[in-house]
Amino acid sequence: MKNQQKASIMSTTLTMAHRNLLKTWHNPDNLSDVIIQPIIFTLLFGFLFGGVIAGSVHAYLPMLVSGILIQSILNAAAGSGQQLREDINSGIFDRFKTLPISAFVPLAGQLIGDALRLLLSGLISLGTAFAIGWRPSVNLIMIACVLILAIFIGWSTSWIFVLIGLLVKNAELIGSLSMIIILVMTFLSNAVIPIRTLPLFLQSIVQLNPVTITISAIRAIMKTGYWNTEATLVIISGIIIIAIFMPLSLMVYRKNN
Amino acid sequence: MENEVAISVKNISKKFGQHVAVNDISFDVKKGEIFGLLGPNGAGKSTLINMMTTLMQPDQGEIMINGLNTISQSRQVRSQFSVTGQSATIDRELSARENLFLFGRLNGLNRDSAHQRSEELLVDFDLVQSADHSVSTFSGGMLRRLDLAISLIGNPSILFLDEPTTGLDPRTRTQMWVAIQKLVKNGTTVLLTTQYLEEADQLADRIALIDHGRLIAEDKPSELKKLVGGLQLKVTVEQNESVIPTQSIIEKVLGKTVNVENRNLTVILDNNAFNKVSEILDKILASKIMLSSFKIDAPSLDEVFLSMTVGKN
Repeated sequence: MKNQQKASIMSTTLTMAHRNLLKTWHNPDNLSDVIIQPIIFTLLFGFLFGGVIAGSVHAYLPMLVSGILIQSILNAAAGSGQQLREDINSGIFDRFKTLPISAFVPLAGQLIGDALRLLLSGLISLGTAFAIGWRPSVNLIMIACVLILAIFIGWSTSWIFVLIGLLVKNAELIGSLSMIIILVMTFLSNAVIPIRTLPLFLQSIVQLNPVTITISAIRAIMKTGYWNTEATLVIISGIIIIAIFMPLSLMVYRKNN
Repeated sequence: MENEVAISVKNISKKFGQHVAVNDISFDVKKGEIFGLLGPNGAGKSTLINMMTTLMQPDQGEIMINGLNTISQSRQVRSQFSVTGQSATIDRELSARENLFLFGRLNGLNRDSAHQRSEELLVDFDLVQSADHSVSTFSGGMLRRLDLAISLIGNPSILFLDEPTTGLDPRTRTQMWVAIQKLVKNGTTVLLTTQYLEEADQLADRIALIDHGRLIAEDKPSELKKLVGGLQLKVTVEQNESVIPTQSIIEKVLGKTVNVENRNLTVILDNNAFNKVSEILDKILASKIMLSSFKIDAPSLDEVFLSMTVGKN
């Protein structure tokens, strides 16, 4: 009776990514993380702090845009752990396991879906800044490079949250844990404020924060129009994160399956 | 074709720590039949299903699905069947149509066939009206119907149904039964687990009775019921002093020993004993005995199990 072709890993993975995006699309909570938050944060910080920090909204935007970009992308990345755990707890992963597909397809679909959510989130942060008057001084290719860099670091970070999602059994706990981590990491950085305004002890913490390093790299590219060593360092750190957390996650995933 | 084996379970055992969940069970399911695994909670039915559907590995024994080994050929085995679990596992945020389409694609259908099959199944399962609503708004019955529809999207040759009607209202239960019977007409082999004797009786061609991980009996429903002894006459009297006179009336008429428990009297009715029931009732009423109930009942699942397991555990 089975007359259809055996589905390829590629097509089943894309179907899983499609499912993942549909879930984001239908879930107001996830949707707000990806779409509403970049808009609100850009408007809120731009208009509230623009005057205080840079003298005007317009003068603040070049600094803010890279901060919000990274913040939004990390925020979207943090959602993957919770989504994964909800899927495991709901039993739908068990159902996937009885399908004639590779055991890693559900996980792969999640991570491809993640990359697309990050892209969406990044485009929306840049678009909102553009709408309220930000005009990049570098060409589109460099902006694309910045976007790819941001998505790459966000995607590698999502492996950390995937591991948390696989280890912690309670989905709500993962949600609030992820949010706290992201809030602390992004606000204790140069995302929305100049570091020199902070007390000295805080300055040194902020300077060590990987989020600060990433944002500085992006700001430098946006300003000069050239790739820089910090950006290469960020790529290397991303690779290191993936090299550590991908095998760990796969190991835990395989053990649970 | 008639007697080809779809599922072959040979000497399967599974332990969880010290607890033996499944103990040396063997049975064959023929192509195109409905096979019922009947047993109480914790009997080992779900563990058996999990092993047949490759989710768990048996400690001992061998399971073949359409001639394929569940351990060494698990991926091919998974393309032979579909499974519907005890609780409907469906993406609640998505619509019924989206769920069907995605599972169609995952089962290897191309886009067009996945869309086409989804529409057919939405019609078959009476879900067209709510096809684009979020599944989270669905009633329990709609969820089960969608769940079954999803299981069917890949045209599986074997369908595992793990307690498909537990917790459903009688009307929805009947709908599910009709849907399952329709499937078998189209050639699908169905293995279902249930706690309800009535359900197994209605649906299954053959039943395996399972308790404490052991196979107690395997036969046609009618044969199994004969083992327990068919219908019973159950009489309850109002006063304790009426028990003995009632007992002697029944025993005189039927010529059989009556089972007495407090004020409840139970006796198994043989096939030709129905015409004697009115005689018993007449005699009891003539003796001015007050009755609180007088009924003829099919043996309950509990009684089937009690009679099957007595002296074995």
